[in-house]
Amino acid sequence: MASDGDQWLDAQAGPVVRPYTLTQGRTRHAGEAFDLVSTVTTTNHHVSDPGTLGPEHFSVLQLAQRPTTVVDLASDVNLPLGVVRILLGDLRELGLVAINSPMSMKTRNVDKNMLREVLHGLRGL
Amino acid sequence: MAYGGSDFGIAGPRGHRAIKILLAGGFGVGKTTLVGAVSEIRPLRTEEPLTESSRRTDSTAGVERKTTTTVAMDFGRITLREDLVLYLFGTPGQERFWFMWDELAIGALGAVVLADTRRLADCFPAIDYFERREIPFIVALNCFDGARRYGVEDVRAALDLDQNLPIVMCDARGRESAKDVLIALVEHVLAQADADEPALP
Repeated sequence: MASDGDQWLDAQAGPVVRPYTLTQGRTRHAGEAFDLVSTVTTTNHHVSDPGTLGPEHFSVLQLAQRPTTVVDLASDVNLPLGVVRILLGDLRELGLVAINSPMSMKTRNVDKNMLREVLHGLRGL
Repeated sequence: MAYGGSDFGIAGPRGHRAIKILLAGGFGVGKTTLVGAVSEIRPLRTEEPLTESSRRTDSTAGVERKTTTTVAMDFGRITLREDLVLYLFGTPGQERFWFMWDELAIGALGAVVLADTRRLADCFPAIDYFERREIPFIVALNCFDGARRYGVEDVRAALDLDQNLPIVMCDARGRESAKDVLIALVEHVLAQADADEPALP
């Protein structure tokens, strides 16, 4: 039943399942919260027991070899955001990914150099 | 912590930074059009809690314990540089999506409230929301064809907005116009940062 939009599933992946089956019914991810545009990057750790991870975990790991945001990952693997967060929580617990979250944004703490870089970038579009 | 010293950008291990801008406004005001005019649109699946109103349309027979349903939303991505990416999130206009706002607002650089002068009241909730949470925002008036154009100052009075708050005219369909809206927002955030800085002795 895998359609063209489900490239992350191959013949070995088994049947297409309901999203929360992938998360074993969990709706909250492990560890501290992370933002939609948090950057996910794989660490140098190796998967010690591949049997503990599902194919979706590996899809996420593959995509995060380059720094990628949580929303881009969710869009690329075509799974609901909540499911992707749970998968990321698992991978973080295992030390396989690092997730860099933003801090709260208050005007007084703004990084003005960064704002200027953004302005420069927008004007150059 | 391994942050790059920025509050809204995120410095990843290899200096990758992501910036979030929100686009709010009433239903049908042109949020998706504006995002599409200036950025690469990407699909996102998310969940929303089932409300009484959506229960009537989503049959829960046999899955009585189902409390969320999957909804599709889009976001925009603008790659300013390989290591500097801007994300645009249209905040869903309908009240039943408000649970998403808090999530979207955390860490946002700022917001654009898109308004249609024929239905100005539609943007009141968005303005209230950003004012309450001290998220910097600007108002962009989407000038629809044939829409009666009110002056910026008329709109400022109608919305009871501060003199310093930028109100810009735009055509959400145009790339240059959409770009100018984003530039106006970033300039506003920068001006606010300058104003908030304590004067040097």
